Parts: sequence; C-alpha cells; structure tokens
Amino acid sequence: MMTPAGTAAPGARPMPGAGAAWAGAGAPGAPVLEVQDVHVRFPLARDWRGRPVVHAHALNGVSLQVRRGEAFGIVGESGCGKSTLAAVLMGLLRPTEGGLRRPPRADGRPADVQIVFQDPQSSLDPRLPAWRVIVEPLVAAGGLKAVGSRGRDGAARRVRPGKAALRARADALARQVGLRPEQLDRYVHEFSGGQRQRIAIARALAPDPDVIVLDEPTSALDVSVQAQILNLLRELRRAHGLTYVLISHNVSVVRHLCDRVAVMYLGQVVEQGPAAQVLESPRHPYTRELLDAVPRLDRPWPEDAPATPAELPGNTVLPQGCFFRGRCPWATTGCDRPQMLLARPDAPLHAYRCHVAGTR
Amino acid sequence: MRYLLYQLRRNPLMLLGLAVLAAVGLAVVLADWAAPYDPERIDLVHRLAAPSAAHWFGTDEVGRDIFSRVLYGGRQSIGVGLFVAGCASMVGAAIGCFSGIVGGRFDGLVMRTMDVVLSVPSLVLIMALAAALGPSLFNAMLAITLVRIPFYVRLARGQTLGIREMAYVQAAWTFGATRRHVVRWHVARNAASPIVVQATLDIGGAILMAAALGFIGLGAQQPTAEWGAMVATGRNFLLDQWWYTVTPGCAILVTALACNLVGDGVRDLLDPKSRAK
Amino acid sequence: MSVDRTDPVIGRRPGGLLAGALDSGALYNGAPDVGVLGGGTLDSGVADSVGAAEPVLEIRDLSLEFPVFGGAVRALGGVSLRVMPGEIVGVVGESGSGKSVTAMAALRLLPPGGYRVTGGGLRLCGEDVLAASEARMRQWRGRRAAMIFQEPMTALNPTRRIGDQLTGVLRAHHRLGRREALERAGALLRDMMIPDPARTLRAYPFELSGGMRQRVMAAMAFSCDPALLIADEPTTALDVTVQRQVLQLLRHRARERGTAILFITHDMAVVSQFCDRVYVMYAGTVVEQGPTGRVLDAPRHPYTRGLLDGLPERAAPGADLAAIPGRVPDMRRPPAGCVFFDRCAFADEACRQRPALRSLADAESGAGPGIASERRAACWHPLAPELAAQPEEDA
Repeated sequence: MMTPAGTAAPGARPMPGAGAAWAGAGAPGAPVLEVQDVHVRFPLARDWRGRPVVHAHALNGVSLQVRRGEAFGIVGESGCGKSTLAAVLMGLLRPTEGGLRRPPRADGRPADVQIVFQDPQSSLDPRLPAWRVIVEPLVAAGGLKAVGSRGRDGAARRVRPGKAALRARADALARQVGLRPEQLDRYVHEFSGGQRQRIAIARALAPDPDVIVLDEPTSALDVSVQAQILNLLRELRRAHGLTYVLISHNVSVVRHLCDRVAVMYLGQVVEQGPAAQVLESPRHPYTRELLDAVPRLDRPWPEDAPATPAELPGNTVLPQGCFFRGRCPWATTGCDRPQMLLARPDAPLHAYRCHVAGTR
Repeated sequence: MRYLLYQLRRNPLMLLGLAVLAAVGLAVVLADWAAPYDPERIDLVHRLAAPSAAHWFGTDEVGRDIFSRVLYGGRQSIGVGLFVAGCASMVGAAIGCFSGIVGGRFDGLVMRTMDVVLSVPSLVLIMALAAALGPSLFNAMLAITLVRIPFYVRLARGQTLGIREMAYVQAAWTFGATRRHVVRWHVARNAASPIVVQATLDIGGAILMAAALGFIGLGAQQPTAEWGAMVATGRNFLLDQWWYTVTPGCAILVTALACNLVGDGVRDLLDPKSRAK
Repeated sequence: MSVDRTDPVIGRRPGGLLAGALDSGALYNGAPDVGVLGGGTLDSGVADSVGAAEPVLEIRDLSLEFPVFGGAVRALGGVSLRVMPGEIVGVVGESGSGKSVTAMAALRLLPPGGYRVTGGGLRLCGEDVLAASEARMRQWRGRRAAMIFQEPMTALNPTRRIGDQLTGVLRAHHRLGRREALERAGALLRDMMIPDPARTLRAYPFELSGGMRQRVMAAMAFSCDPALLIADEPTTALDVTVQRQVLQLLRHRARERGTAILFITHDMAVVSQFCDRVYVMYAGTVVEQGPTGRVLDAPRHPYTRGLLDGLPERAAPGADLAAIPGRVPDMRRPPAGCVFFDRCAFADEACRQRPALRSLADAESGAGPGIASERRAACWHPLAPELAAQPEEDA
C-alpha cells in the first residue's frame, strides 16, 4: 500500500473558513501540515468474489493541524493508529477517506516532510557506507536535486550532484549531528545505536525539510543516549526552524520536547492541547489512565491485587458510541453516543472527547 | 581480508575446499605445461594401457593419455560450470528482483511462467533443449543455463519481497526514490548473499549436469576432451580398464565436492550476523 | 536451604517461609523508613530470618568474556550479586552493561563454546552452576529457576498451540497424564488472570496480544514453582498500561509463592516501583547496590547519578537534559582502572586503579542487619549523600 511521496490525496477538502489562515505556510505559526477527518481501513478478509468483508479500522476520523515551528506530539499505545497516522503524514499511505494537505510555501512548492524511524538498525541499509545513507534523499528521485541550500529566489539549483559534492554535503550534515566526517566511510552496523540514530537524523536533514516526523526516535536507545539525542533534536530545531511531529508512547519524552500534544485511542484523537495542560492535568479518562500507569520515580504503585487485563478492543468491529466505554470508570448514560472532540470555554486550546470529563 | 582469514581458520572444511579448487584450477589453467602429452595424440601401440609412470591415468582406446585429457577436459567442464552459474544467477536475479519490486500482474505472469518451467523435471527439459539445439558443448551449456534461470528468479523474488518491507526501503520511498534506484542500491545488495551462495553451489551442479549430457552424447563431441564424455566412453571398458571411467569421474567428484564446501563457507562469510559487532 | 517443594501445588501454599510476613502485612505496606521512593522493601523483621538463609542465587566475582574476531569482548568483569529467597532484586543497566549476560549465565543459557569464564563462581540454590553437567542443568532449569524473556514471540513456538507448549513444560517436569496436565495448565492461566483460559489454550501465540503472551510466559515460568524467576526486560515491549498490570501480577504471585525475582531492566522508574533492592551495572561491573529507595533517592556513584539526571522527567521543560558525555568503553580493550573513568566528572588519578565494590561507611548504610540494607558503590570518591540528594520535584 505504498506510494511514493506525493501531494495531497484527491478528495482533500479545504478547511472551512480557511482563507486567511492559508496565507502561506512560510509564516511562523501558519499550518504546515494538515489532515482532515482521515479514515484509514485495511481489508483483512475477502469473500469469494474478492470484496473485502472484514476491515481493520486503523484511523477513525483524525483531524490535526501542525503549525510551523512547533513540536507536535502524538501519544498513544499500540493499536491506537499512530504509526498509520505517520504513514499518512508522510504521504506513504492514501487515506480511505479524508485528506492530507501540505500548504505550499512561499516558493510555491509543497512542504517537504522527512521521517526518522524508530529502529535505527532496520531503517538504514546495512550494506551501504554511512555517507551514502545520509545523502540518499538527494539522489533517490532521479538525481536532479539541489545540493546545498536553496537559492534565495526559491529556485533549486538543478545540478546532478557529483560524488564529491555529495560527500561534502554528507560531511557537513555529519558535523551538525555530532558525528565525525572521517567515520562516514564505515558501514552502518559498525556504529552504535545512538550514532545510527544520528545518521538517520542527518539523512532526514539532507533535503532541508520543513517538517520532520519522528516515529519513536528514542525508544530503541539507552537512557543516556536518549538524553543526547533529545538535546540534539532540540538544538537542530532551534538552528533550522524545523517543525517536529513526534510520535511516541513515552510520555516523559513528549512532555519534555513538545509544545502541543494529541492523545490517540483506537484511531481517534481523544484529547488535544498544549503539552503542559494535557499531560499535567488530563481530562479524558483514557489519558488519565495512561498517565497513571506511567512509572515515575516519585510515585509508588499501590499494592493492589492484580486486575484482569483490560486490553484494547480489536479494531475490526468498532464499538458503538464512545470507544473507551468498555474500560471507562465513568461510563454512564450518554456514552453510547459518539463523542465529539470539544474544548471548554475556559480552556479553548484544550479539547477532549468526553462529555462526562467536562463535569468533573 | 583479515576477516576472511579468521573465518577460514574457524571453518577448516571451507579451507580444504578452497585448496582443492585452487589446485584443480591451477592444474587446468596450466594444462599446456602440466600435461605430459598432447591430449589428442593418438598412439595405437599403447592403447588401453594401465596407469603407470609413463601414463599416470593410463590411456584410452586410441592411446591418448588420459591424464592430459583430464587436464584439458577440465577447461571445458569447469568453464561450463562457471558460465552456467554466472549467467543463470545474473539473469535470474535481475528478472526476479525487478519482478518483485514491480509486483502486480507482471509479477504474477513472470512467476507463473517460471512455475511452468520448474514443473518439468530439469534433466528431461535440458535433454530436450540440448537435443533440439544440436549436440555440442555450447548448446549443452545454453540448455542448462536456461533451465537453471527459474530457480534464481524465484530465489531473488523471494528475497526482494522481504527486502521491500524493510524500513530502509520504505524510507527510500519517502524521499521519492524511483524503482530503479531502490533495486540498484537496496535490493541488489541485500539480496545478493543467498544468490551468490546458490551460484557457488551450482558450479558443481552444472559440471555434473554437463557430464550427464556428455554421458548421453549431447554434450562435447569427440575428439574434444570433456569429463562427462570421457566417463561415457569409458563405460564400454569399465570391467577391464576401470581407470578410463574412474579417473575423470573422480575429477568430477572432487571438483563438485570442493565447490560445495566453498559454497557453504561463503554463506557463513556473507552472513552479517556472524560478524563481530 | 531449600523450601519444601516436593509436590508443587499450583497456587496456594499454606505455611512456608513468608506466611508470617504475609499475615502481618509487612511486605505489602512497604517499610516506612525508605523515604519517598520504592514500593515494598523487606521489613527488617523478616530480613533477620531471611538473612540467615542461603541465597537462591549467588554470583561471586564472576568474569566472563566472548572470544571474537581479533580478541575477546569482556562481558562481565568481576560481578558479585546475591538474591535471597522471596525478594525482588533489580539489575539496572544500559546495553553493554552485562545485565542480560548475567541472567543468561545464571541458567547457563549462553551458547556453549561461545564464551569463557575467566574467574569467579555462580551458585544456584547452593550448587555450582558452572561445574554442573548439562543433564543437571536441565533438571534445574524450570524447577529451581525459570526465565521470562523480553520478546515473548520468540520465546513461544509460533507453530504450536499454547496448550501444547504449557502441557509440554508441565509433563517434562512432573509425571502427569494429558488431561491432568491440561487442567493444571488451565489453572495456571487462571492464576495469571487470563480471561477464558480454555480459549487461550487452544490459541496460537500470534493470536494473542503482547501482554497476554507475557502472562503465558509467566504461567510457564511459575508452572514448576521455581525458587527464582529471572525476568529479562519482560515488559519493555509492552504498553505502559499493560506493563503495570503484568508487573503487579508478577509481584503478587511471587510474594504468594515465595519466589524470588531477578528483574533485569533499563528503566529506572520501573525499578523504583517494583524492586526491593537494586544493582546498577555499567560496562560489565556492578557500580552500585542497595535498597531501591536509597539508591534512587541518593545515588552515590556518578554513573547512577548521571543516569537519573538524564531522565526527561528530571529536566526543567525547555532546558537541555543533563547527558553523560562520551560512550561506553570498547570492551575488547577494557579499561584498566575504573570503567567509568572516561566519562566521569569527578575522576582523578586515584581512579586509574579499579575500585572494588565497597560498603559506604556512613550513617546511611548499616541501618539493619543482612543484605536488605547493604549499601555499596564501586567508587573511590562516592558522592556525598547531601550533594547527591535530588532537587525537589516540581509539583
């Protein structure tokens, strides 16, 4: 189900009342990436005629707007659809419904989105030397890509980059991520996990992107290496004015790095808002349960008797009404209707999908 | 290079195989100097002589020195092996990789064709092809190569399907890579290992197959020396002049065995997991 | 010492070593003198009787290396570790610290011929593991000590049903008929709070979620009532909510049966919730040990301090994380002195000599007898307790 990176899928609808907001994705704070009511279904089983009968509903109506210069976090557990959302944001997956928008920048080209994967071991070709891995984005699409920064008039310098130019660019990028250029002739497997992730970050920086999607960038790394990589990411964002979309199940990393955060459950956003608000004072019961379960150094778990496992309901048959109803301690009448993502007037930026939470 | 020596120390069988192959290869290449006699020199006085100091492997029915013929015949046989393994693997891998990446109906068509070819017993198909093309060593080589290609197509396609799902290939799609780029830079490198191993093992197999064809008269024709042909002709004299069949037969055995040992060792060598981190 | 384990009755064990502690509730409420951290430290009363017992696992100065191309990698350089019956001991470290090697060595699961023991010893329930024959090891694995791995998919055979695998383990260690084994397997799964055990027994591993598979692994591990359960990062691959459930379950069952747990992880926060005592490992050596609360509240070794400071929750939002500079040393050429020398802010000439794991002589240690309150660090200049105390957490 993979298509090469492209522009918005057909059927994208402009956001209502969007005129003034789309003054150009160059302005800080302007939206640089957007998904509108995206649904993604994967066929799981087909009948004898080949028509799909059972679907996995990975995304069920996700709408998000990522603004230039911010770090937007997406938190959720396995099965919530965050990886699928990453694929949609990258343009790797066409949504079954809804659309992806990449508002054009000042020079008229769509925003460039790059990705850093979770596992630095499998996301880098083990049989290529590190410098080729880093500059691959510059040669992959047929060779005619600009090497170096874009010209001030926005026109890319259309030169087929020679090997020397590529190597020079690789060296420059390596220095930015804290690697020594002399080491770039080695193969990827000769580097440590943290260094491999630096290579992956350098690769994402190579085409001078606007947005970098980080899919669990530090989950596979040690704690001390994670600290180095997070500092590096923060510094790069400052230096290049990047926008990040950080997808993670690690709440402390998201809390540290992100400005705004969205919490996902079963393919929907259940809570969204400024990171400090959502993660310190969560309103939605799922967010509360999630944050409660995160082990913290200063908060011991009570010695309860163990409970029967409450796991994610399957996504082949979606629950009626609120998706979280089966596990929710506050379930009551009214929860059998689909819930809307709403903000209260006293905190207009903090929206959540629960009619009960508003009253608690 | 140092890693190669380390692996050889750990794997003495591979070392043995390499040594044998080197010896055989050297002898065959230097046949002009190593052979004591002209392989086609007829000497009816000493026909069917037993192995002796003068003729290490004895002589055949027209008095040609078998040892010299084995040496020169090695050129034919080993040449066949290398040609078949090399060509079949490269052509087959190219088709398989491309088919795996493109997918869809094209892939389906290619694979069904290969399935059809594979469903016919290979020896029968080779014999039929060789007979149709005409009895000569080159035609035999061609027939064996054509029939071997589907194995490589299937192998390469299987590898490609796996590599296609790897995160680094998905990453390549995200930067707008063309299919050609992906095949050239990612698929080819990572699929190479099992294909190379299979090719090494096929060298021995091809020699045996050429020998089989020569045995039934479809391969090299007289007076060209070729191991299979010699084994075939020697059948008629097996009871009393055993050396006629046995000596080229041993040459085939030793070479094929050595190729297999080397092939096994190459598999370990190319496996990145067995390397020290 | 061996607790009576002739006919393991699944689940309830009346009497036994810790029944007294269970009744008094001392274990469940945690000792009050630990400070803000840590859940469930052995009350000193129980420690007395336990301290006299033989350790379930005792590793004494173990050194181990893996021969590779161009030399050997020193995986362990003189590791000493003890697990007493019934306690939950954590081993914290990053990759390359040797924590997994320690766990595998305890059950002699390292590939034979792939490693060399260059010093020290290892005893499981009092008997030497390194010298034992393979047949005896097979007897011990499962009965004396069992292991749960990180990736349950590779630990469970994907082509066999859960029921077959569970009954296979049961019948290998006890004499049971097929139906009896199946009943016991079902009871074990119920013990692990798996809803609908009958259906799970008929399922294949891929049909279960990660959390379920880990519960099945735990069921297999507990099936022969081992004295020691070694858990190598059992919840790293699981979601947080599932992790909490699985760990609470493990702790509850282990306390019930008196099983000790050796818990290997890289996650300091989980250790603080789950373990009574902790060993911190770095580059193949133990650099600090002690009761969890004290080690995490007031770390004495610069590495432990660095690890804790580098956690995102310890940094002010908007500030950089305090990262430890440098990288783990190459264990093909292990450093002659302190393993943390290159990266330590407090290193000096004295640190070129390898420090031993020594007791910390101050008011903090020695609060109670026995190993439960032992406090050691392998450092010539352990951080002073006042300096090492963590800044107040933001509300």
